[in-house]
Amino acid sequence: MDGEELTEQETALYDRQIRVWGADAQRRLSKSHILVCGLKGTVAEFCKNIVLAGVGSVTLVDDRVVTDESLPANFLILPHENHYNGKTLAEVCCDSLKEFNPMVHVAVETVPLQVVNLFLLGGPAGDISTFGVEFFEKFDAVIISCCSLGKKVLFQKLINQKCRKLSKRVAFYTVECRGSCGEMFVDLQDYKYSKKKLEETIECQIEYPSFEEAISVPWRALPRRVSKLYFAMRVIEQFEDVEGRNPGETSIADRLGVLKLRKELCETNSLDESQIPDALLERLLTDTREFPPVCAIIGGILGQEVIKAISGKGDPLKNFFFFDAMDGKGLIEDISGPSTRS
Amino acid sequence: MSSEEQLSAIKGAKVLMVGAGGIGCELLKTLALSGFQDIHIIDMDTIEVSNLNRQFLFRQSHVGQSKAKVARDVVLRFRPNISITPYHANVKESRFNVDFYKEFDVVLNGLDNLDARRHVNRLCLAADVPLVESGTTGFLGQVTVHLKGKTECYECQPKPAPKTYPVCTITSTPSKFVHCIVWAKDLLFAKLFGDKNLENDLNVRSSDATNLSEHSEDVFECRKGEDIEQYGRRIYDHVFGHNIEVALSNEETWKNRNRPRPIYSKDVFPDKLTKENGKTEKGSATDDVSAMASLGLKNPQDIWSLAENSRVFYESLRLFFLKRQKEIGNLTFDKDDQLAVEFVTAAANIRASSFGIPLHSLFEAKGIAGNIVHAVATTNAIIAGLIVIEAIKVLKKDSNSYRMTYCLEHPSKKLLLMPVEPYEPNKSCYVCSETPLSLEVNTHHSKLRDFVEKIVKAKLGMNFPVIMSGASIIYEIGEDLEEDMVAIYAANLERALSELPSPVISGTVLTIEDLQQEFSCRINIKHREEFDEEREPDGMLLSGWVEAPVDKNNNNSIGNGESTSSALSMEEIQEGEKDVEIQETSESAENVTGKKRKLSEVSKGTIPDHSGLPDESSRNQNQLEKPDVDDEDDELIISNDWESLTKKKRL
Repeated sequence: MDGEELTEQETALYDRQIRVWGADAQRRLSKSHILVCGLKGTVAEFCKNIVLAGVGSVTLVDDRVVTDESLPANFLILPHENHYNGKTLAEVCCDSLKEFNPMVHVAVETVPLQVVNLFLLGGPAGDISTFGVEFFEKFDAVIISCCSLGKKVLFQKLINQKCRKLSKRVAFYTVECRGSCGEMFVDLQDYKYSKKKLEETIECQIEYPSFEEAISVPWRALPRRVSKLYFAMRVIEQFEDVEGRNPGETSIADRLGVLKLRKELCETNSLDESQIPDALLERLLTDTREFPPVCAIIGGILGQEVIKAISGKGDPLKNFFFFDAMDGKGLIEDISGPSTRS
Repeated sequence: MSSEEQLSAIKGAKVLMVGAGGIGCELLKTLALSGFQDIHIIDMDTIEVSNLNRQFLFRQSHVGQSKAKVARDVVLRFRPNISITPYHANVKESRFNVDFYKEFDVVLNGLDNLDARRHVNRLCLAADVPLVESGTTGFLGQVTVHLKGKTECYECQPKPAPKTYPVCTITSTPSKFVHCIVWAKDLLFAKLFGDKNLENDLNVRSSDATNLSEHSEDVFECRKGEDIEQYGRRIYDHVFGHNIEVALSNEETWKNRNRPRPIYSKDVFPDKLTKENGKTEKGSATDDVSAMASLGLKNPQDIWSLAENSRVFYESLRLFFLKRQKEIGNLTFDKDDQLAVEFVTAAANIRASSFGIPLHSLFEAKGIAGNIVHAVATTNAIIAGLIVIEAIKVLKKDSNSYRMTYCLEHPSKKLLLMPVEPYEPNKSCYVCSETPLSLEVNTHHSKLRDFVEKIVKAKLGMNFPVIMSGASIIYEIGEDLEEDMVAIYAANLERALSELPSPVISGTVLTIEDLQQEFSCRINIKHREEFDEEREPDGMLLSGWVEAPVDKNNNNSIGNGESTSSALSMEEIQEGEKDVEIQETSESAENVTGKKRKLSEVSKGTIPDHSGLPDESSRNQNQLEKPDVDDEDDELIISNDWESLTKKKRL
């Protein structure tokens, strides 16, 4: 890591960002390997950002075939039949991403047929949750944007667990955008870094809960002012899981079902139902397509977080980030149990 | 947010983007993806390598081409059926007049300089078109919305002016590295390689002529039979040796300051130089001419020693004369001119060494000399997303939901993206509220030329002013002026204000208009005899005009060039405050109107009592600590524009 200088080409290309985070951070970025699963609009934005930043490699997983549906929020797909006919999302995005920075290695990971999990036959994404732990060891950061058929929570938990089993720290992120809203989750396990305050260098340490631990924190144990979006997303997520839907495959027809689920969850968690407003749930049910400005915002925040975690520079956020275009706030929530609460 | 109404508002909208750079590329992409179908984009720049880390629409193969045009071509590849009209032009051109702006439903700025922003602001006001402004620097960014009569215009709030330094600090008493850079760039480089006829504060008298005798010669003129090494040593000795000795001879100056030490070439290089440059003739291609390459210095992040800096000084000087002779006399400093950057870095470092100021690497020096804005793709992407969200609100005329949004590097009360309601217009804003200004000036000494250059153009930002006193036009700049008028105006420039055909004296009210910007303002003239040379070197004081003071060395005439991309000033960031957060300071902005109200208060018809200047310190501190209200619809109204919390509005 030390001693290897940036090439002249890198110095020229990365000049403006080296002035932000320094040459050391740039070097670390150039040696990093990122795994990305689920190429929706927000993730496309994120990939663009890290490719421009100059990571070592980006590995894409998304075996879904490109259709007209995939086009709207994803600028990496050129709408010419010839361009995408028969190709998977990962393949098409790979080609586009390479153009942004020839120094970054962009590749597609396909899931060999024999490991396709029965659950997912006919499902959209290759199930890397069945991959062994050693597959994930190659990477420094793993980003998941779920498209698994009705198994979003399980899928995310499984992958997160694998990341945590390794001796090496693999950063784990999930992201989902629906209409005006976006949610991002971060797990850096036991993260140590240093920063300069005034003239001295201080050592910092943050302990992150796993995804499973975080969403298991009883709602009544959370601080009063926690974003309503957190709860609403959990209700919708669980609804989709139970009903076997893809993320985003909901409509206003599901309103009653969702409200019923909310009632149950609130009772179990001793949370007042007014903490999860009807209007918010309705928006999340009906406004499910990705909204490009929100993709850009979440993709940007996610990009910054991954760059921070890899370069070891800057305070990473812990552990959820929410954005709602309705009120314009982009806020951080610390959803952790008492042992990892900051 | 997405509904039929919204979609049709977007589809039918005609949008103008000004700037196709960092923010522009992200913005154009997001607009296209969001369903906008008629986008116009103005940008005068061409693509450079350093853009490619974030202006993702551009490729290596595009370097040198027009940003506006390439951006359009690339976006059309993923949205072929929309209309994007590029203009490879300067937004200040006269064809972009009020009628041009009136065609648009909203204007979106992605600019990198204050001047152009002010210009666009005025045109949007004149055309009554909503403007969404934005800026980014590193991890910080902001988006603001401006609607004539409803919100503040872009110029209602103080914007930091480009930083300038006192002449004497640059020529005699530098204390910071940036002072050395300005000296090296604007004085030494300009003198050696630029237009020799330009005024220059550098002392050029040789040691033989300490008084202004007829035989004094310009040291910088090459002498007969002198070779480049001799010339180089002579220049070196003059600026780093002789000039320092001259400065030292004035005891007063050094009473409370550290004395500099003179440096002579014989002390750094007792032997001939040419022997050491074994690789001098390597790489004879003119575009690769570089002192670093020639000397084997590989890393621009290294901090060179005095000896190394001196070698770079000589070598770059030598290479200019050897390989770029033709350009000498016409050169201006360009941050992308490697040899120029090397020369300026070396010269600044040697001077710094002399004054005990820490030396800097070429990388750092280049950033300072070139006013380079540090920039990353992610911030631009976030800001672009926020711009589109505001643009859509504007198109839907959803005025209650307009927000100014700040993108912070460190969260404030859990917020990384902080929305704030816009304020109503500043009643003292001379741009949108037509408040008259006052100018104190010595009407017998100051010439019209000073007034035009320093006040009308520089401070008021007018490009084509017409200056009138009562019914007479004293001066104007424009196309198609009659020859005799041009002659009269030229003559007027050289006259003192009180000696103009239509005398300008105490009590005169001047009206100044810029017809292109459709902007006019009045200035009340007050005669004053004395001006402090240090603090008011221009000999003029403009008031009623809201300016953010940068530091105590404010009124000065040597600058370091244009300030940078966003209203978040580079100075704030350079001055050690890496986290430019909301400052809880008691020195908060004096609320000039005393009645700044948020839009929501206005529309509800309530007028909170801010009469008499509020106790700003407690008010702001209270606002900053105000807890979230127990209301699910609450708007998080944190505070006033956080920048202005740190600035005083000078009246």
